[in-house]
Amino acid sequence: MINGVTKIQDGSPRPVQLAAPAPILEMRGISQIFPGVKALDGVSLTLYPGQVTALIGENGAGKSTLVKILTGIYRPNEGEMFIDGQPIAFHSAQAAIDAGVTAIHQETVLFDELTVSENIFLGHAPRTRFGTIDWRAINDRSKALMRELESDIDPTIRLRDLSIAQRHLVAIARALSVEARIVIMDEPTAALSRKEIDDLFRIVEGLKRQGKAILFISHKFDEVYEIAENFVVFRDGRAVGQGRLKDTPQDEIVRLMVGRDVKDVFPKVAVEIGAPVLAVERYCHPTEFRDISFELRRGEILGIYGLIGAGRSELCQSLFGITRPSAGQLMLEGRPIDIRSSSDAIRAGIVYVPEERGRHGLALPMPIFQNMSLPSLTKTSRSGFLKAANELSLARKYAERLDLRAAALSVPVGTLSGGNQQKVVIGKWLATQPKVIILDEPTKGIDIGSKAAVHGFIGELAAEGLSIIMVSSELPEILGMSDRVMVMREGLMAGLFERDQLSAELLVRAATGNH
Amino acid sequence: MSDVAESKRVIPDRLGTKTSRILASWEVLLFGVAVLIFVFNSLASPYFLNAWNLSDATFNFTEKGMIAFAMALLVIAGEIDLSVAAIIALASTAMGAAAQMGVGTAGLVGIGIGVGLACGAFNGLLVSGLRLPSIVVTIGTMSLFRGISYIVLGDQAYGKYPADFAFFGQGYVVWVFSFEFALFIALAIAFAILLHATNFGRQVFVIGNNEFAARFSGIPVERVKFILFLLTGLMSGVAAVCLTSRLGSTRPSIAQGWELEVVTMVVLGGISILGGAGTIAGVVIAAFVMGLVTFGLGLLNVPGIVMSIFVGLLLIVTIAVPIIARRVREMSR
Repeated sequence: MINGVTKIQDGSPRPVQLAAPAPILEMRGISQIFPGVKALDGVSLTLYPGQVTALIGENGAGKSTLVKILTGIYRPNEGEMFIDGQPIAFHSAQAAIDAGVTAIHQETVLFDELTVSENIFLGHAPRTRFGTIDWRAINDRSKALMRELESDIDPTIRLRDLSIAQRHLVAIARALSVEARIVIMDEPTAALSRKEIDDLFRIVEGLKRQGKAILFISHKFDEVYEIAENFVVFRDGRAVGQGRLKDTPQDEIVRLMVGRDVKDVFPKVAVEIGAPVLAVERYCHPTEFRDISFELRRGEILGIYGLIGAGRSELCQSLFGITRPSAGQLMLEGRPIDIRSSSDAIRAGIVYVPEERGRHGLALPMPIFQNMSLPSLTKTSRSGFLKAANELSLARKYAERLDLRAAALSVPVGTLSGGNQQKVVIGKWLATQPKVIILDEPTKGIDIGSKAAVHGFIGELAAEGLSIIMVSSELPEILGMSDRVMVMREGLMAGLFERDQLSAELLVRAATGNH
Repeated sequence: MSDVAESKRVIPDRLGTKTSRILASWEVLLFGVAVLIFVFNSLASPYFLNAWNLSDATFNFTEKGMIAFAMALLVIAGEIDLSVAAIIALASTAMGAAAQMGVGTAGLVGIGIGVGLACGAFNGLLVSGLRLPSIVVTIGTMSLFRGISYIVLGDQAYGKYPADFAFFGQGYVVWVFSFEFALFIALAIAFAILLHATNFGRQVFVIGNNEFAARFSGIPVERVKFILFLLTGLMSGVAAVCLTSRLGSTRPSIAQGWELEVVTMVVLGGISILGGAGTIAGVVIAAFVMGLVTFGLGLLNVPGIVMSIFVGLLLIVTIAVPIIARRVREMSR
């Protein structure tokens, strides 16, 4: 409707008389529908040259879906996209790259055994006129790219010889090695230290000066205010607010993002905390964590917070017997126990709801009831022979308790939505009547409705006297649910906080080590 | 508090009726194929519909079928054993050598089965103990086991088996029903129960569908796999007893190429080559189909090399058909 003014001829300079520069990218009314879930619902987004737009939202708000649309991985069900005012649709990831869109992901896949320049140009290497790979051009351009990023990494060394931070630079160089005008940075600071973040921001400033439009995805407000000019807030698949950051106070953005107060989202049930159930003493892992000690009481929810790579999942998996600790002692109800395998842990009453439920938690092609009964087979069977009726009644009991939505108990678990799959995983463990349940990112990838159900249920379990360890990267979840929070940083305990001390700032500071 | 007063929803146990589920299965399709081949054969050759000829035809699949039952479990668990035919060679060689030294029938059976178990344990240790990929391990032991037979026998053959040893491969239980056929049926029932009605069988399916989830659910994955290799070795040993008894002699080339036919039988029987799905009933029907086809082709004087082409084609087609069907289904969605 408001076309014409923004139209630009090829190669001509932009009309300078405009107050705001003409947008490079416009998305209007974009909707993405998956079976059972409307991941994006009519969102609009505009990116301007030389400006950073922050995309803010909780996990599951639709940020990743938008990135996948912009990079040509998903095709939206509704809506229009314009680049330089021209309508465009990406039919493939390559089409998005050709249109000048590139993305720096949270975890770009790089190859340890290849050199820096090979990693940068893998898949789009410049060719000589004989069609062979032009190694000189690759190395020269890699060096130039690294120089732009203010780094002196030699492009001919192998990636495995680089530090994590240097690898990150290579990932950025890879994203910038295509001729891109629109750069998407998907939580680029998630695993970085403050110094590395400062380096990254210098790179972003450089990209701004080159007139690139940047979409910066983050949920860390301090960073957003530091680097971005504009913002868009997503919630439950909708764009609920946008504008210029300097006119918008942080409270306003938090309100937009959460949509309600934290207290309302997580009604914390007052539970009487009982005697200690599990005591972990100086637990160590050969590589992932060291010297972890804590106590877990009856009816208590202990939150574990930390950045990716802080060793949280590894700790939980070793409590569950998947990996053996190299040192340390475990006490269950006052008695020392030795857990050598997951079956030992299950027998002792410690169970684990894994972060990757499709990969670690469920046999997706198998029926719901068979997944539910799996760790309880000794109870449902008779002298080693299966009793389907017992399995079905056990599955029915927990399906009803968890309000599972399924066509039948015999349908494959893989046909359920993420939230209902999670209910099956939780159900299968509850059926073993555990004492301690470890939840690793219990609401990751779950739609907002099921999330609330899972949270409510976790509270009920605590009220029934179960002891709960809950690993989460979502601050509102940790703050809202936990009685105490242990923060981990680089494999070490960075603090143990009581509920009345808790604040977002405190946890983030402990997790990142910044003061 | 809650303003939602919906009535309790009831999730049914299963969808559809039992009959509708059975009718839609691969096994029924395969059974139809078996009937077609039976009808075709009886029209094509006047010698086919004869009780004793049909009884002879069962020897085409009974020994391979026994191994196929154990192999089915292994493939469902996501592993494979390509050394089964070589185990037969080694077990048969050991029995032959013992027979030359005057060991009696009971001792020979014990040796045949013992060698099978030992070979299975060796495969199992390499795969589940050292966590090596089974396809590589068993290609290696395939050469190893048969290589030992060749070293022991060279171009010689063992032939002096005790007279009553012949019963296992040549004896009849009732009328035209051979000992081998009776054993095949008994083993089919035993393996069907093991796979479909026990906790162990459930664990096999879970491992094949998601080994990580199995591990994370307290299933002793390595122990289950070891037992499966042991079972496959055991069945190869039993097949070695039957085959050696039937032939009455041992050459190092005995049962050459059988691993291919056993795997074909398993896949034709609807066992997913990717693991996680399948039934023993399917393998039984597949054994009959392959036996009837080879017997029918034999009656029509089709040379052996054509049969091996046929087996190869059958293997490719049965692997390809379900995968192509799934792709077509996904594309039409």
